[in-house]
Amino acid sequence: MQYQLKINGESRTVDAEPGTPLLWVLRDELQLTGTKFGCGVAYCGACTVHVDGYPTRSCQTFVEDAVETEITTIEGATDKVAEAVQAAWREKDVVQCGWCQSGQIMSAIGLLTENPSPTDADIKEYMYGNACRCVTYVRINEAIKLASQKLEA
Amino acid sequence: MTINVSRRGFLKASAAGTTALLVGVNAKGVLAAGSTASAATDLNPFVKIDADGTVTVIIKHFEMGQGTTTGLTTLVAEELDADWDAVAIDFAPANTERYKNLFFGAQGTGGSTSIANSFMQYREAGAAARDLLVRAAAQKWGVDASSISVENGMLTSGGNSAHFGEFVAIAATLEAIEKPTVKTPDQFKLIGSEKLHRKDNTGKTNGTAMFAMDVNLPGMIYAAIMRSPKFGGTVVSFDDSGAKDVGGFIAAQVLPNKAGVVAFGKNTWAAFQARDALSVEWDFSAAETRSTDAMIADHKAMLDAPQFDVNHEVPLASVAPILADAATTIDAEFDFPFLAHAPLEPENCTIEPTENGVRVHDGCQFPTFTQPMVAAVLELDPSQVEVKTLYAGGSFGRRANATSDYNTEAAMAFAVSGRKVPVKLVWSREDDIKGGYYRPMSAHRAKIGLDADGKIIGWDHRLAVKSIVKGTPMAGMVQNDIDPTSAEGVAESLYNVPNFGIGLSDFQTPVPINWWRSVGHTHTGFVMESLMDMVATQTGQDPIEMRLSMLDGGTANQARMIEAIKLVRKISGWKKGDKRGFASHLSFNTCVAVVADITVEETSVHVNKLFMAVECGVAINPDVIRAQMEGGAGFALCAILRNQITLTDGEVDQYNFPDYELLRNEEMPEIEVAIVPSNNAPTGVGEPGVPPTGPAVANAIFAQTGKRIMDLPMTKAGFDFV
Repeated sequence: MQYQLKINGESRTVDAEPGTPLLWVLRDELQLTGTKFGCGVAYCGACTVHVDGYPTRSCQTFVEDAVETEITTIEGATDKVAEAVQAAWREKDVVQCGWCQSGQIMSAIGLLTENPSPTDADIKEYMYGNACRCVTYVRINEAIKLASQKLEA
Repeated sequence: MTINVSRRGFLKASAAGTTALLVGVNAKGVLAAGSTASAATDLNPFVKIDADGTVTVIIKHFEMGQGTTTGLTTLVAEELDADWDAVAIDFAPANTERYKNLFFGAQGTGGSTSIANSFMQYREAGAAARDLLVRAAAQKWGVDASSISVENGMLTSGGNSAHFGEFVAIAATLEAIEKPTVKTPDQFKLIGSEKLHRKDNTGKTNGTAMFAMDVNLPGMIYAAIMRSPKFGGTVVSFDDSGAKDVGGFIAAQVLPNKAGVVAFGKNTWAAFQARDALSVEWDFSAAETRSTDAMIADHKAMLDAPQFDVNHEVPLASVAPILADAATTIDAEFDFPFLAHAPLEPENCTIEPTENGVRVHDGCQFPTFTQPMVAAVLELDPSQVEVKTLYAGGSFGRRANATSDYNTEAAMAFAVSGRKVPVKLVWSREDDIKGGYYRPMSAHRAKIGLDADGKIIGWDHRLAVKSIVKGTPMAGMVQNDIDPTSAEGVAESLYNVPNFGIGLSDFQTPVPINWWRSVGHTHTGFVMESLMDMVATQTGQDPIEMRLSMLDGGTANQARMIEAIKLVRKISGWKKGDKRGFASHLSFNTCVAVVADITVEETSVHVNKLFMAVECGVAINPDVIRAQMEGGAGFALCAILRNQITLTDGEVDQYNFPDYELLRNEEMPEIEVAIVPSNNAPTGVGEPGVPPTGPAVANAIFAQTGKRIMDLPMTKAGFDFV
């Protein structure tokens, strides 16, 4: 089947079987490999993208359900909030292996877009679904606070 | 001389028509200079400097998050006086002779050795490159070399000033000095700096960093493997009629070693779906069919009559009469489950046909194993197998195994595919959790004898665990029948214990096992530090004071550990009678001491804060060290709290993160890391944070509840974590 998707502001046509998770369409068909595969059951958050502005697990989003939505991946995360988050991530040297970090960043952008001044508790609750095997959580939380400050300044 | 494809890659990468300076080791193993313009240069470089001044450090280790790319780059940039921001990295090709880990004699990463083994090698390469540039500048400017200063990638003498690139062409014609002088610690600008940021920061925050699973090649097909549900089973027959209904399914084939059936698809999803639709008949005659409870009982039975005395000078038989005279004894048994490494990037590997052989795309931890293993499967000469190392989405030991399991699987899949197109093998998370190569199960039993004054007079320590290295190409590590990775942490305890007998039994099971971040110390550290806490409790001593008194032997590592313990006592404000938990442990030549501050409400435990002090020699990148302590502590917490791989009739019970749950953001405690100042050679940091964290928390639980955790994970003792 052919599907018309709007990804990072561009219209893309893909050939995929119905029921294919958006994750694999992004990675294998469109070479948007910044979105990562971690578990396939929505339990780690490595595959997080934005669908109509909301952080969404692309491993649980069928390609047919992504039609007529606005999809943003890490490659297209370029707005003011995204820039602040990515800069804060680098300033705090958050990353280790890096595999979960696209998903962490997409969730953090979602959080700061909804709530520009989150408390520590807000951050921990919102980021609960993004697992990091290297355990970079201390720095993730510091970076979100720093990005929040940058955006307020 | 054969120029391998990757070397040609380096050459091509230099701007057309210009020369780049290379500094590395030559065929004689000594430092030498060369240039990309000279095709005869028999040199695989550590440092490359282009005519535009760009410095590229060639990283002989892989990057799984531990910070090696930053660390090795720091060593070169320090001695070169390079501009940190203008230094790039590239991963070395497979070439054991040139890029071996100096501690292993093999090209590979592990045992927290990357910085330690490279410390002088990469500094000397940087110093040699600097010296070449200085002499080239002296020649070009007609000045004395001693008049030239180097800073931030610029050379200056009087009114002359220019960047590195200006002197590359001349420098490439000069002879390198084989033993350059390196800086003294007071001259360090980058080593120890808090201002350097990680070299892999940008790519890993904008999605451009290339991991193995990100490889997309023209014509590539995807593979997923149905493996035996019981370890050691083999394929009798299979039926792929179900797979034929899966869109994108290409074909299914039995692997040549009959360990599984591979399904090929036109993308990862099709391969997964087709694999799941296969119906396979298995032969389980050589397979593990026991359940976990039976395997624990079998480990414990082996403790009754250990097969080997680890310490030949103190056989267990000599300890028994001493313990018979003890005023009191402390008796304890511990058991530990299998654990999966669960790197967040599931195992994967792409094999691509080349003109001359194949190219392996992998987050490759041990090229020295991968290259010949893949070559053997494909009946190629190892020189026909090029290894392209990419970022690895975690490993924790998983990727370093002597069978190169998933590389070999990918090679088998490529072989049965017809070898015409690239094949990408991808493991699902279920494959990873159920697929073996676990931290081995183990059981310990200890009897510690105390005299009437509470002094230890003898210690009978027994453990049973499957050997990681016996029966593998790494069996050379075995000494006097003892796999050192089984008993490490007990056998090399820093404490002055008289009459310390250690008995070891090698458990046997077809379940594949492997090193898991901190290897034997994952269980030996927990046992030793729990037992020390039990001795302190029994004798009414402060746990920290007691340990300090037992380290007073004057060895260098005992002195280092005393420093770490005193530092953590200071930063945590520890007081006698403290209801927090303490543990300290030496592993990978690094001393780490931990104080755990927890709150227990009935059976719910919350870890509030961990204080950690580390003695790891000179701190190359202090922030990377802190990050590794944070990560190591969190990795340990997750394991001791709730992780276990269990078997029912030989089949793994867990399937994915819902029942092998990783530590979550809100569960991570606050953490404070202090580094003992030192100018000694650096020691490891990737693993040593793991061993003392678990027992520090367990000892805190005992301090607050009187309940001693001896069977892991702690959920078995009825605790949950909030």
